[in-house]
Amino acid sequence: MPPLANTMQNPTLTVALVGNPNAGKSTLFNALSGLRQRVGNYPGVTVEMKKGRFTADGVEVDLIDLPGTYSLAARSPDEMVAVDLLLGRRAEEPKPAVVVSVVDATNLDRHLYLTSQLLDLGAPVVVAVNMIDAANAQGLTLDYARLAEKLGVPVVPVQANNGTGIDALTKAIRAAAEGGAAPRGVAFPPAFDEAANELRAALGSDLPPVLLRRLLIDVGGYVEQWQTEVHGPKLTDALAAARAKLAAAGHAVPGVEARARFAWVRGAVAVAVARPAVKPVTWTDRIDAVLTHRFWGTLVFLVVMFLMFQSIFLWAKPLMEEISGALDWCGKKVEGAMDGGPLRALLVDGVIKGVGGVQVFLPQIMILFGFVAVLEDCGYMARAAFLMDRVMSKCGLSGKSFIPMLSSVACAIPGVMATRVIENRRDRLATILVAPLMSCSARLPVYVLLIGAFVAKPGGSAWLPGLVLFGMYMIGFTVAPLVALVLKKTLLRGAPPVFVMELPAYRRPKASAVARRMIGAGWAFTLRAGTIILAAMVLVWALLYFPASHPDGGDTYPQRIEKAEDAAKEKEDRLKELKEKDEKSKEKPEDGAPPPPQLTEDEAKELEALEGVAGLPDMLNGEWKRQSALGRAGLAMEPVFRPLGWDWKIGVAAMASFPAREVIVGTFGLLYDVGEVDTKAFSDPKKADAEAKAKAAGLTKAVQDDWKKDPIRGKYGAPVALSIMVFFALCCQCAATLAVIKRETQSWAWPAFTFAYMTALAYVGALATFQIGKLIVG
Amino acid sequence: MPTLADLSPGQSATVTAVTGAPALVQRLYEFGLIEGERVEVVARAPLGDPIDLRVGNSRLSLRRAEATGIAVEPT
Repeated sequence: MPPLANTMQNPTLTVALVGNPNAGKSTLFNALSGLRQRVGNYPGVTVEMKKGRFTADGVEVDLIDLPGTYSLAARSPDEMVAVDLLLGRRAEEPKPAVVVSVVDATNLDRHLYLTSQLLDLGAPVVVAVNMIDAANAQGLTLDYARLAEKLGVPVVPVQANNGTGIDALTKAIRAAAEGGAAPRGVAFPPAFDEAANELRAALGSDLPPVLLRRLLIDVGGYVEQWQTEVHGPKLTDALAAARAKLAAAGHAVPGVEARARFAWVRGAVAVAVARPAVKPVTWTDRIDAVLTHRFWGTLVFLVVMFLMFQSIFLWAKPLMEEISGALDWCGKKVEGAMDGGPLRALLVDGVIKGVGGVQVFLPQIMILFGFVAVLEDCGYMARAAFLMDRVMSKCGLSGKSFIPMLSSVACAIPGVMATRVIENRRDRLATILVAPLMSCSARLPVYVLLIGAFVAKPGGSAWLPGLVLFGMYMIGFTVAPLVALVLKKTLLRGAPPVFVMELPAYRRPKASAVARRMIGAGWAFTLRAGTIILAAMVLVWALLYFPASHPDGGDTYPQRIEKAEDAAKEKEDRLKELKEKDEKSKEKPEDGAPPPPQLTEDEAKELEALEGVAGLPDMLNGEWKRQSALGRAGLAMEPVFRPLGWDWKIGVAAMASFPAREVIVGTFGLLYDVGEVDTKAFSDPKKADAEAKAKAAGLTKAVQDDWKKDPIRGKYGAPVALSIMVFFALCCQCAATLAVIKRETQSWAWPAFTFAYMTALAYVGALATFQIGKLIVG
Repeated sequence: MPTLADLSPGQSATVTAVTGAPALVQRLYEFGLIEGERVEVVARAPLGDPIDLRVGNSRLSLRRAEATGIAVEPT
């Protein structure tokens, strides 16, 4: 009988790639696995690990790229995932058959520290000494055979960015998997091992030896937190006793580990590495003499930030317009090809507009990620964080939060995604939670509409509109750091974070790596966040569409609107003719010329009737939206909006703008019976056509007229307008931001919290604005 | 005893003691800042904090608050 098929197949080998940040781990990962990559997420944690596949001598290898780390001493669940994965304690992945330790050839003294921890895991280890070119350039001579002998594991020199040594590395991985021998770890003082054994006995614990070591060494670390939950006070006492005993014997934790490991590392480096007598001045030192300089460094930093900011704002714009143009075209095609009805409306107004609402962010995301990738890969990101650390520390954050916060002024979505550069989990969360407070570009049309209608008055101060706009931006700049500070003192409080940061050597960024990051960010956004955004947009569309039946029965609202539009179209020419005549009749004749012909009484009546016909579709549309599910909800919630000076129409428009703030302009258009208004007419009037501008002017006037009729808004127009603006400055009416927060935090709790706290802040801010404004005006 | 925070850019020293919160001390150790190691202050950020430090062949950014916990013997 032939053997079973699966025993015939070559087994798949799981290999883990571990190394310090800046060891060139990603480059090596790409060199090994080429394009066969995907991203693995792990429930409950925010880390994601890349996984790749390649063939080593006919054996399929599953390569897992663990997040860069300096040590296996895990302090958070995120850091523990890597340790658990290496020990085969995660259900998602089998225990790695081989661990590849990536180290920087120019910095073995520090990178081999992590290698020495990996030797304790019990799996075969292969050391890949990367960046041998840089070591040669610094005049270092490395003896790889002697290094291998000293470390007790195979050592392979590689230059990952041009593929040197990759074949030798795959052969070594294969050989190590077959050999299967566990390396001998670094010896700790006997007193330490004794204390570890006593602790194990006291707890009756079945922890693997590696984790028992971590429990003893890492004061307040993850293993201690986890084991305290398991064993309770028994553990606290036993652990304190064991640590006290070690300290008394002169082996206090955590120093005992550092001394044992660094002594071992130095022993290996001393025999394997020959250094030049005089240490050469490196390029990095020369560049840093300028880039971290008090004056020049600050200047270069400002220029780089300005370029980045301008590019997200300006370069992305034409691309975004292309995308929305293409989707408009799509919508028109579908509209022409299908019969009317809810399905067509769903496709055109729900799905296609929804997809547009997702894809419109892509250029900004990809441009920012291009910048982030270049800045990070070349080593400048750490310098930028170094320069800005003092400023950001004022609000409880670190220099690493600066770029995500700055990018959020263009758009919070790429800003939230850029927080991945922040390793500290609490700092990263705080930055994610306040990034949407920065005044993004989607708020601009809201501000322009309201400032245009209620703040800028003919004959009024020419400075006022600009000042109000500036004030709206300042709200974001001041509230965001304050909220960050509060969050760091309350919800995200914890052990004082450690702000030791490496300033890596400068390196030339690789175009393919940058492109990979840009495309990766774009895909991640489209696939994971896009679906949520689309769902939110379709939901709000449906709430504004249904019920579509007219109270009088018969035709539904959309059917009536279509008929009314046809009727208006038929009479379009006649209306235009009469209007022209009417306008001419009002002109003053030049001296001596005969007076212009006046409209006859019949013509005047006809003109009035035709204007009614032309306005009917917009009227019907307004009536329809007002009786829609969302319209009714707004009416019911009017008491909630009243203290802000709002009527139910403003409330409905604010609620309908949940998918995206700028939607409020379009909703206002519908509710105030002027039909669909192009947002662009407010945000970028130069690009808008005459018809869109006329509509925009019509909307401004319709809102003004409607408010004049109302006792509150008639008298307090400006405070109400300011209250709406303040609300939109502080609220999180942006489904895309919430979807991205969900993606980045791997939890619904954080987007829910963001939405709740920002809405509360917005409500209170709007309330205060209106009430104080009322006092001032009154 | 002077601390790392007292050194000016260009000055070197030998680490004599590392103190602070356990997590901080452990992180500093992992970066190679252990007793007996030679360090050099390379630069100070424009606003005076943090400082740019050379340890072995690597460079670290350290806040002054953290640097005050590292006692040194200037060389």
